[in-house]
Amino acid sequence: MTKRPGLRLDRKALEGVLTTAAAIVLALLIGAVLMALSNESVIDSMGYFFSYPWDFFSRSFDVVTTSYGALLDRSLGSGEGLANTLNRSAPLICAGLGVSLAFRAGLFNIGAQGQIILGTLAASYVGFTWDLPGPILLLTSVLAGVLAGALWGGIAGLLKAATGTHEVISTIMLNQIASFGVLAYALGELKSFQRPDDDLGLPQSPPVPDAAAFPEVLGVHMGVLLSLVAAAVVWWLLTRSTLGFELRSVGANPDASRTAGMSTAKVFILTMVIAGGLSGLAATMMINGDQASNNASLVGSVGFDAITVALLGRGTPLGSVLAGFLFGILAVGGGAMQTTSAGTAPEVVQVIQSLIVLFVAAPAIVRWIVRQRRKEPTSTFAAKGVSA
Amino acid sequence: MQLQIQGLTRRFGDFVANDAIDLTIEPGEIHCLLGENGAGKSTLMNMLYGLLEPSEGQILLDGEPVTFASPKDAINAGIGMVHQHFMLVPVFTVAENVMLGREGGPVLNRGAAAQRVRDLSDRYGLRVDPKALVEDIPVGVQQRVEILKALANDAKVLILDEPTAVLTPQEIDELMGIMRELKAQGTSIIFITHKLREVKAVGDRISVIRRGKIVGTAEPTATEAELAEMMVGRAVKLTVDKDAAEVGAPVLEARNITIIDPRGHEVVKDVSFEARAGEVLGIAGVQGNGQTELIKSLLGLIRPSAGEIMLDGDDIGRYGPRRSLEAGIGYIPEDRSHDGYVSSFSVRENLVLDLYRSPEFSNGPALKLAEIERNADDRIQEFDIRTTSRETPVGSLSGGNQQKVVVAREFSRPLKVLIASQPTRGVDVGSIEFIHKRIIAERDRGTAVIIVSTELDEIFALADRIAVMYDGRIVDTVSPDIEREQIGLLMAGAGGAEGGAA
Amino acid sequence: MSTTTTVTASEKPVRDRTDKLRQIKLVVAFGIVWVLVLMMALSIDNSQVLFLNADELSKEHQPEPFNGLRLVWIGFAIVSIALVVAVINRIPRNGWAMLIHVAVGLSFYAAFTVWYYADQTAAVEAWITNPLPSMVKYCPPLVLGALAGVVCERAGVINIAIEAQLLMGAFFGAVVSALAYSNGVGMIAASLAGVVVALMLGLFSLRYHVDQVVVGVVLIALALGLTTFLRGQIPTEQENAHLNTLLSDSPDPLTPIEIPGLSSIPVLGRALFNQSILVYLALLAPFLVWFLLYQTRWGLRVRAVGEHPKAADTVGIRVNRVRWQAILFGGALAGLGGAFYTVGSSGSFNDNAANGQGFMALAAVIMGRWHPVGATMAALFFALTAAMKDDFGLVTKVPSELIAIAPYLATLIAVAGFVGRVRPPAADGQPYVKD
Repeated sequence: MTKRPGLRLDRKALEGVLTTAAAIVLALLIGAVLMALSNESVIDSMGYFFSYPWDFFSRSFDVVTTSYGALLDRSLGSGEGLANTLNRSAPLICAGLGVSLAFRAGLFNIGAQGQIILGTLAASYVGFTWDLPGPILLLTSVLAGVLAGALWGGIAGLLKAATGTHEVISTIMLNQIASFGVLAYALGELKSFQRPDDDLGLPQSPPVPDAAAFPEVLGVHMGVLLSLVAAAVVWWLLTRSTLGFELRSVGANPDASRTAGMSTAKVFILTMVIAGGLSGLAATMMINGDQASNNASLVGSVGFDAITVALLGRGTPLGSVLAGFLFGILAVGGGAMQTTSAGTAPEVVQVIQSLIVLFVAAPAIVRWIVRQRRKEPTSTFAAKGVSA
Repeated sequence: MQLQIQGLTRRFGDFVANDAIDLTIEPGEIHCLLGENGAGKSTLMNMLYGLLEPSEGQILLDGEPVTFASPKDAINAGIGMVHQHFMLVPVFTVAENVMLGREGGPVLNRGAAAQRVRDLSDRYGLRVDPKALVEDIPVGVQQRVEILKALANDAKVLILDEPTAVLTPQEIDELMGIMRELKAQGTSIIFITHKLREVKAVGDRISVIRRGKIVGTAEPTATEAELAEMMVGRAVKLTVDKDAAEVGAPVLEARNITIIDPRGHEVVKDVSFEARAGEVLGIAGVQGNGQTELIKSLLGLIRPSAGEIMLDGDDIGRYGPRRSLEAGIGYIPEDRSHDGYVSSFSVRENLVLDLYRSPEFSNGPALKLAEIERNADDRIQEFDIRTTSRETPVGSLSGGNQQKVVVAREFSRPLKVLIASQPTRGVDVGSIEFIHKRIIAERDRGTAVIIVSTELDEIFALADRIAVMYDGRIVDTVSPDIEREQIGLLMAGAGGAEGGAA
Repeated sequence: MSTTTTVTASEKPVRDRTDKLRQIKLVVAFGIVWVLVLMMALSIDNSQVLFLNADELSKEHQPEPFNGLRLVWIGFAIVSIALVVAVINRIPRNGWAMLIHVAVGLSFYAAFTVWYYADQTAAVEAWITNPLPSMVKYCPPLVLGALAGVVCERAGVINIAIEAQLLMGAFFGAVVSALAYSNGVGMIAASLAGVVVALMLGLFSLRYHVDQVVVGVVLIALALGLTTFLRGQIPTEQENAHLNTLLSDSPDPLTPIEIPGLSSIPVLGRALFNQSILVYLALLAPFLVWFLLYQTRWGLRVRAVGEHPKAADTVGIRVNRVRWQAILFGGALAGLGGAFYTVGSSGSFNDNAANGQGFMALAAVIMGRWHPVGATMAALFFALTAAMKDDFGLVTKVPSELIAIAPYLATLIAVAGFVGRVRPPAADGQPYVKD
């Protein structure tokens, strides 16, 4: 209840940035402990800790700096590395935007995974089977990916609007149906999805032809630009549009929104359609951007990482971009740690990612740990209507 | 048991909710605590009941200082509380609710619990069925369960927090009978209310609390005007200045509305009425007699199972709130935090919550931000909304200012019908006067006004015609010159044209 | 006055739109099943199908033919009765409705199985096996996970992290059983690993009021990363020769314990009475949880803090303490369920061992309407479809992908069509903050 609202807003924003930074540092520290404790030479040094304690510390320091150094070097240290990182960030940003947008409408979209899978199938199918002139092929392929994702997301929105089915349940089921049903069927039964030169035994589709690929500049494909445009569009949608007004209102108080004449059904459906479309756009980053073959593991965990991206980005477009970039760095650089003298397993990155989000979600815990206690123990982004 | 409060203070940040309160409640006394909404009564009681920790001061029982870290301590010390919002688990039976917290062993003995309820209800004359689910019984009976819960813990001091808000006048009489009976058996009672009439009827002593301070004590013989002045701090006009209504043609007509709730109960039964231009129609009745559902159906939030809601010759009941709002209905909901505003939204945003679609504030898919800001500044000034800025979240305003945001929004477009449900609940006296004036001004502009209120005073102050609801029906429509007692009878379902239930 | 109030209380429920909608849904659903079963019955040419009433083919146990068509017609009769009952709107609104749904579901399942195996054209004829033993064998993670969810949510804490508890249980069950060379100790460790996840859930949601769904999702990611990372730290066999750790030498996984006599009961015997200790625990757990929730002081308090925490607080119940107890108990259950993947089956840990079954357990909680018995039934249904996926691989009458997604599709239809807007515990997901 301060009387200087401008000042308070700034302080709040600053506090948010500080908390996030502290959360990242803390998570990296815990990651460092894991790295050190999993290193043989460090463990050896613990055997004689009380004789030569310095050995333990210097070896630990070595392991950690080597690992993180390799991580940064691989992801940001060279033009090529940076390009890789940006390309890797693009799908995370898009899918993260989809999850964020749904958050703001009070919907917990766990379904990015399924939406991306559908997107990859549609984009790649159009890309390698339709016979269209270059740019039009690219455009239709991308559009197909976006529409397929939108459709898959829209189902969850429709079910929520029409029958009240909780979106957590429906998106989980739709994820499973997408990967064990649609994807498995396409790869297993459809001729056009079988790569003619395939001798790996692993069912996979051909990549899209160059005509359907995003143009590249210095190794960075156009999808990166598209993801930033998507972020800008989502920002406009949320803050400047009537639909965004309805979306945020329904997310914060569906009853008052209904009383004010808004249609929650419309908001649920449209939000999930747009969120699914953004996931579909993420899919095109892999198909049209990386020109990857579609197979059972192409999407990997991008759909789930998108959730953590959205959480770390606190449901805002800018936050999603930054969080997506950070996770891109970790994903590209993570593999580099294994090949160093430290031999750190890349899985430590996943632990770090989830710890960052956990700490961001609980600023109080971060404050407690960094001895900056304040009397405000509630989460800053939990209020975004993420309720089940 | 004698209960003494000495210098009890409670602060929330910079705000002092209770300021050095001194109070003594003698054994077998009914001590009334009178005060406006927000005066600090509930804070005081929550400290007495171990729900809040005092910042300063102490509580003494029979001269011994005690501290209550949790309600358990208060209960063990013999303090019982009947909360304004019942503290009953709706999906539990009466017996389960009474046994909760004092189950008497690791494995439940439901038979013994039911027997205990029967014994207690026989002893104090509080009839309830121990096996009934709480969500299935009427509020009046739920209140008896609350009292039983306290008695089951052998309460020596019973705190009743605004117990009459949900009762008919007859039920209130019955409650007062129960209070006298408890007093006769030696229980002390702290009776919290803001209704002067009740204080005079049952109290032995009256303490008046205002802005967190005890501003005086009075005998029950004091006049209502004296008590009101003590409560508010200045002479209060209990009436609203208004001229006689210039009644025009019917604007909104409800024809044979029947509503069935999701649990399959018929909550509104064949209700018909009309609201006329330039007239205030008051709908009186005890809470839970179908008013909530009826009002929601008028806006299209609930679709009636049968009947029509005609506005300008069109049945608007079929479409939903958006069409109704566009057709010229203004709507002030019963529970503003639930239906009236979005608490995390700023004042600016809440002031266009149902107007952002209009060409004034949007241009196709895009919002006109400058217009929305200008609108906010205008309304804040016009309605004297006390807020630090237009960007302040409405959730952090006071109840009165929150309600002003809702009222300002609904009054900022031309209306044919204004529907206001409990327009002044939880609002300070200054804001009440302001909101009442605006409602009458709207009437004088030729709008048909429908006011739903469970406060008879409000109905009498505003209405030109009063429809009384009981058990889902409008039992009678009367003029505001009617005697209070008679309305009370109607509200209890006795008398009236159709009221055959009693 | 009491006369007037009892009038409102005893009022008869009236039929309205939702009630009619429910009837229409039932008629449509039963009608579709009726048509499908009828079509299957009519399309079977050879009424004989092979059935093997044993785990494996052996000298004594050979597949025997039986008249499958008769079974299909029996199923058809059951579905017909249910359809008629639905048409005349006599489906009860209580637990008996569940029984009718289960009967219709089983009829469809039996008819489908017979149809699927009838009239085979391949050189070697495949036979039907009794699905119940493998269903029960697969059930511990699902049943225990679902019960964990029920206990937590009844106390008002949403537990998305069942998946994380299963994973951690699986991993630490494997590691500790190897270290201690004891499956029993391994199971206890698995349980404790589930408790550790619950501790994190409690710390963040109860202590720091972080959104519970968010914590759950993040905990899953954390558990996935941590178990994968830690598994990578376990030396392989070659490395182990040099390091000489204990981890290489794990005990054999749990073996079935046959209860003599009872295990020879036809159809159900081997399913219920020839299983490992973990399965017996999983089968007993629903009764235990039901008893705890509905017949004990603790259960009454758990349900009270999940429905109306403030009411519980005002009678002196420590809301967060009860919630802590509930989620820790739930964690122990789910962690034990996770032991199935390692101690209970293979002995070694695979990355992402739970593979989404924690999410299915969560779905079972909702399908079972937050009731231990309902959730167990739903979990058993998922276990049945998992068993089916294995059994139906030999014949290709319908694409295998369709069978693979059957549980998810069925869940979607069930939740969207019939469960719909169910009522979770009123305070589910809301941190309790005193004002």
